[in-house]
Parts: sequence; C-alpha cells; structure tokens
Amino acid sequence: MAIEITNTNDLETLININDEMTIYTVLEHKNCLLTHLQAGQTLNIDLSAVSEIDSAGIQLLIFLKKTADKLGSDFNLLHHSQSVFEVIELFNLTDFFADPIVLPAEWK
Amino acid sequence: MNDLDAALITFTQEAQELLDEMESSLLVLEDTPDDAEVINCVFRAMHTIKGSSGLFGFNHIVSFTHQAETVLDQVRDGSRQIDAQLISVLLDCRDHTARLLAYSLEYPEQPLEEELQRNGELLSECLTSAQSSAVKGQEKSDNIELESAPEGKSRADLSGNWLITLLFKKDAFRMGVDPLSFIRYLKTLGEIRALLLFDKAVPQGDEFDPESCYLHYKIAFSSEADKQQIEDVFEFAADDCEIKILAPSAKSVEYLALLEDLPEDETARLGEMLVKVGVLTVNDVARALHTQEHSQEESKPIGEILVEQNVIQSKIVEQAVKKQQQVKQKVSSESNYIRVDSTKLGHLINLVGELVISGAAMDLMIEKSGLDEAEEVSATMSSLVSNIRDTALELRMVPIGETFSRFRRVVRDVSKELGKNIDLEITGGETELDKTVVEKINDPLTHLIRNSLDHGIESPEQRLAAGKSEQGSIHLNAFHDSGHIVIQIVDDGAGLNKDKILEKAVAKGIVSEDANLSDQEIYNLIFAAGLSTKKQANDLSGRGVGMDVVRRNIEGLRGSVNIDSIEQQGTKITIQLPLTLAIIDGFMVGADGERYIIPLSMVEECVEMNEKEWQLDAVQNYVNLRGSAMPYLKLSEYFNPGKQFNKRARQSLVVVRVGKERAGFVVDELHGEQQTVIKPLGQIFENIEGLSGATVLGDGNVALILNVKSLINKVTVV
Repeated sequence: MAIEITNTNDLETLININDEMTIYTVLEHKNCLLTHLQAGQTLNIDLSAVSEIDSAGIQLLIFLKKTADKLGSDFNLLHHSQSVFEVIELFNLTDFFADPIVLPAEWK
Repeated sequence: MNDLDAALITFTQEAQELLDEMESSLLVLEDTPDDAEVINCVFRAMHTIKGSSGLFGFNHIVSFTHQAETVLDQVRDGSRQIDAQLISVLLDCRDHTARLLAYSLEYPEQPLEEELQRNGELLSECLTSAQSSAVKGQEKSDNIELESAPEGKSRADLSGNWLITLLFKKDAFRMGVDPLSFIRYLKTLGEIRALLLFDKAVPQGDEFDPESCYLHYKIAFSSEADKQQIEDVFEFAADDCEIKILAPSAKSVEYLALLEDLPEDETARLGEMLVKVGVLTVNDVARALHTQEHSQEESKPIGEILVEQNVIQSKIVEQAVKKQQQVKQKVSSESNYIRVDSTKLGHLINLVGELVISGAAMDLMIEKSGLDEAEEVSATMSSLVSNIRDTALELRMVPIGETFSRFRRVVRDVSKELGKNIDLEITGGETELDKTVVEKINDPLTHLIRNSLDHGIESPEQRLAAGKSEQGSIHLNAFHDSGHIVIQIVDDGAGLNKDKILEKAVAKGIVSEDANLSDQEIYNLIFAAGLSTKKQANDLSGRGVGMDVVRRNIEGLRGSVNIDSIEQQGTKITIQLPLTLAIIDGFMVGADGERYIIPLSMVEECVEMNEKEWQLDAVQNYVNLRGSAMPYLKLSEYFNPGKQFNKRARQSLVVVRVGKERAGFVVDELHGEQQTVIKPLGQIFENIEGLSGATVLGDGNVALILNVKSLINKVTVV
C-alpha cells in the first residue's frame, strides 16, 4: 500500500504517502485521506516519500486543507519532498498551508 | 499669382467646404446628438479653419474659432452635452466665421467692423454660458477618475509585467493538461514575479472530484517575449483553458506608439490592428468575435468585449479606435479625390468636342475614299472617342445631393422665422448632373423652396384647422428621365388658388379676361413677370419679381419648369434640365439644304409624310397624326420667312416631345443620329428664338441646334 497510516494516538493520525501524487492517484488518495479527516483531530501527512506531484495532487492538498479548516481539525504537511516543495513554492502556497518547511542541504 | 495667393485661394475654398460640412453636420446632430463622428467633423472644421487662418495671420478668425473649438472639444470628450441650444449657437458661430472670413479676405490686417466685433462678442458669451454647464460635467468626470484610481494602485507594482490569467476547465487534468508543466515552461521565457492560485472554485465535501480541475491562476510575468510567444506556451492547453494575457501597462506606451505608426491601409479592422502591433493575438480576437456573435444582447463593439475579457487595456483600445477613426476620416475626406480647376475640365471637354468633330470628319473621308481596311479602325476609334466623351462628361457630373442638403438650413431658419413647423425630405440626392448646371440651378431652387415655405405651407394653426398634421413637409426629389434630370419640389401646403391667380393676371393685363385657360396654364401664370398673389411682400418672397426670373434661369439652361397644384393639398413644381450643356446626342434633319439638330432625347418618332395623305390644317396650324391633332412647324418656312418653296413630293414629320407637349417638325431629309458638340452662337445670333446653339459637322458645315421647347411654344401660342 502506497499509503501508510499510523495512529499515533486517539487525536492524531500520521499518514505517510509513499507514492506519486498525480492525476493517476488523486482519486485513491482522496478517498483514503478524507476518511481520516475528522473534527477535532489532527492529521499529519508525511510527504517525504512523494516522488512526484502535479497540479491535481496540489489541488487535493488544497482541498484537504480547506476541508480541515472548515471542520476545525488540524492538517499539517510534514517533511516535504523536494518536488512537493518546488510546486508549493511555485504556486506560492507556502502561506496557505502554513507548514514549517525544512530545507535539507542536499536539495538543488 | 504668387504662391501665397494660390495658397490663399486654396484656403478660402477649403474653409468654405469645411463650413458647409460643418453646417450639414450640425443639422445632422439635431437628430442624432450622440454621433461621435459627426461631432468630430464639426470640431475638425473649426480646428482646421483656426489652424490655417493663423497661417495667414487672420487673427480675428483664430481667436473666434478658438472659442468654438474649445467648446466642441468638450463636447467631443463627453464633458459637455450637445443640445438644440448649443447647436443653434454653433450654427451662428459658423455663419459668423464665414462673415469673418469674407471680411478678412477683403480687408486684411484691418480691425474688425463694429458690427462683426459685437456679434463675435455676443456669440462668445453664448459659448461661455454654454461652458458653465460644461464645468459640471468636468467635475463628474473627475470623480470617475478618483474611483478608478485605487484599482490602478493595487496593480502599480506589477505594471511592468504581463498579466496572465489562466482559467482551466474542469476536464483539464483528464485531458492530460497539467497547469504545472505550462507554468514551468513559462519560466523558461522569463521570470514569474507573482503567482496567485485561486482556490475559491475548489468545492467542498462530496462535490469535490479530485480528477477535475478547479484551479485558476493569475500570473505576473516579466519577460522580453512578445504576446504571441507567451500565448504559444499555452498552445496545448488552449482547448482546456481560458487564457487571457494582458500586456504590461508599462508597455502600453510602446503599443500606443506602434498604433500611431501603423500604415493606414492596415487599419481596416480594430482586431487586426491590435494583432499587428502585438498587443493581442489572433486567438484573442477570434474569441472576442465569437462572443460578439453569440451575445444575446445588442452587439457590443469589439473593443469593449476585448476589454471585458481582460485581454487588453482600455487605453490601448481607445488609441486604436482613435487611429482607426482618423484614418477613416482621412480616407473619407481624401478618398482618392483630386482637386482640379474646373476650367481645366472645361478645356478637356472642349478638346473632346473637337475630337468628336474630327472623328466624324475622318469617318466621312474614309467612306468617300472607300478604304475598307481603314473603316474598321475608324469604327474602333469612334467608339473609343464616344467613350472618352462620356467619361469626360462624367468628370463634371456631381450628385445633386450637396445642393439639396444646403436647403436643410434654409428650411430650418425660415421655418423658425415664420413660426412654422416644416420638415424637409430629400430623395434622389445621388442623381448626378453637370456641375455647371448644378451651380446655376441653386438660385432658382432656393427661390422656389422659399416660396413653398412662405406661401405654400400654412401656419400650424391653419394646418390644424384644415385637418392636416401640424408639421408641414417639403419633399425635394431628383431623378433621371430620358436624358434629362427632373427635380421636383412637392409641398403639402395650401396649394395655389386658381381664381386669385387668374384675377391678378387679368388685372395686370397678362392674360385677357376671356382667355380660355386650362388649370395647368393658369398655374404656370405665376411664372409670368409681375405677378404675386401674396398681399404683403416680405423679405423672403412675394415681390413678384422672383418667379419669372426663376423661369428665365431654368430656360437659360435649356430646361423647363412646370407647376401643378391641388388646392388645400399641396403644390408640385417640376423642373426638367438637360444633363449636360456641352455635348448631346442629336438627331440631324435637313430642310431647304440647311441642317438642323434636334436633341435625340426629345424625338419621339419620325413619320414619312405625303401631303396628299396627311391633313395639314394650314389655318389652324395642326397636323392630324393617326387621329390626334398636334401643332406643326415647317422648319424651312420658319427659318426662311417669305421665301417661296416648291412643293416637294417627299417630306417627313419629326414628332418631338417636351414634357407633355408634342409637336411635329416638317423637314425634307432625315440624316439620323449624330454626336453633337454644342457651340454657343455668337453674340449677334444669341437671341434668335428657336435656336440654342450650333455645331460643326464632320464635313466642316455648320448645323443649327433647335431649341425645341421654344419652338413648341411658338407653334402652340399661334
């Protein structure tokens, strides 16, 4: 499974996405991720293993973020991979997601 | 004549034309006060006159037209509304300018006459009082400026950048279009200064389909690339994305300059112009045209749509439209016209006349010598010559519309003066006739129209009492009819009072009391000298000297005038004029060895006449042609009075018709059709009745051209 779900505790879920986030996968990802988005809970998504992301992937993240804001749950993106970072940067969405981004030294 | 004199003449002509144009434009404005083109035309008239007057040092004109120009400029930029009052003032300004012009030409470098001075000051006052309401308008437009300012500021920091808006369609992702890749590619062309991703369209909850695209982008992009290059980036997305690329406002200046420099033959279409300078791409225009076509509402100008679609700044569109209009105006005013001295044209036509004569002479020679080969050549040449003749004559043909439209002002002013409400309807303005005829017909027409205005159309009260609409109407019409132009002036006024005319005519001794006259004849009595039925003369008409002059002038043009009227319903005046005064198609006949030309258009038929068979009533002077009687005239006897003639076995009757009148001319020989160059008779013969001129034939002989109308009158009266 490309998506690895770890329930750290009752209120917090960590999801590792070990997959590309593109038009080919967004439907599957959405169905999976949305179920973990619940009021009052925290959803952390680890993006370190996202090899590729396209506009559809970004759109999904935007959708999740908006949905989370509406539900009042916490939605955090962690460990952005380089490709995710680039797109978020390109689309000027850093402020929107408001996640701390760590820039590893080895990125080009 | 030195250069300055020549320039002055050009200036005078031009100014006169501009003033005429201004007048007609102002009258058009009365009906359609919003027509920008017409307002421009008025403005241009004042502006150009001001400019050229300055050149010649006519300072009075400059200072006066400047004021008018200022007001017109305000009208043009919309800060002042044009209304009936302003139009009146401007019409007066136009007249005043014309007077100033005449004065300046006559007494250059002299101070103004007191009257002109006062009149000018009065008009300036009228104009400035008009300006006070303009100030209000000015404030309004300032407000608009303020409102639009904040918007401008928010964009100010991006002014040097292209503004690209990408509205992806829902299916974009499924079609394999990824905005990301395009934006990445875009980066290769320049620098993305700012990117806004609009996520408002991303739906919530179950409506969200992750495979649909809800993303919209706005990108500020700094690049040296031109618009087409930028649009090419998105070429593959074109089907799945609405792309709008707005050029940097900083570049506007560049585009404006480009527009300015655009060659004039490329300004036919707004869209094409904008593509040409690179501010738009072909796709932009296609899209806008599509919108225009499918718009449910009234179709908007393409420029407006383009601005709405946010692909272009309105400033650029304005400039483009302006350029387009400038060119249009230029084209319409220049439109391949050459100003030629009319005497040169006259000279050309004379030469063509000579050519026609020598052509005929050559034909004759060839026929005599029996040169078969030359005959063909000569036939070609004579057809060419007749083409040249027609073309040369056409050069002098002008539409009568211009003359007609001058009467708008006459009708407007006179009806105001008389307190009448009169509408002038003009039809057939495109009918063409010789310029020399046009010039000479102006005065008679003016007189006739003034008569209709003054005597014909009743006052509104009288009209209402008579059960007519309050507004009277005068209809000016022109059309071609068998080699003639027919001008009609029809009014729906009171009509002529037969009894009054007859009474007056008898009192003045114009006709005898026991004369048995037809209605038509009675009506035509008003063209007799010294007859006016209006009890009180005013400055318009009614002194009884006008109508006979009108008739004389028209007959001087080889034309005729007729009047018909129905009491209480109106009057119809019909003027018939020959199309040209120079060359006609004639019908040549011979009588007693002399040759005569009858204008072909007046010949109805030719009948071979045998005196035994035909009943000529020499006492009452009529001939019986197939049961109908008509007056006849033996040409040989008429032009050789007192000479004895041998009875000839064969004679012919040429039936001629002018209007409704017919008569027969008895002649010895029929020679047939002949191109006839009309030469005036010398002074000595000028006043011979029955002749309107002479022509030189191919063999060098002279043929006399008959004035059919006066000959018919001659025989009818007898």
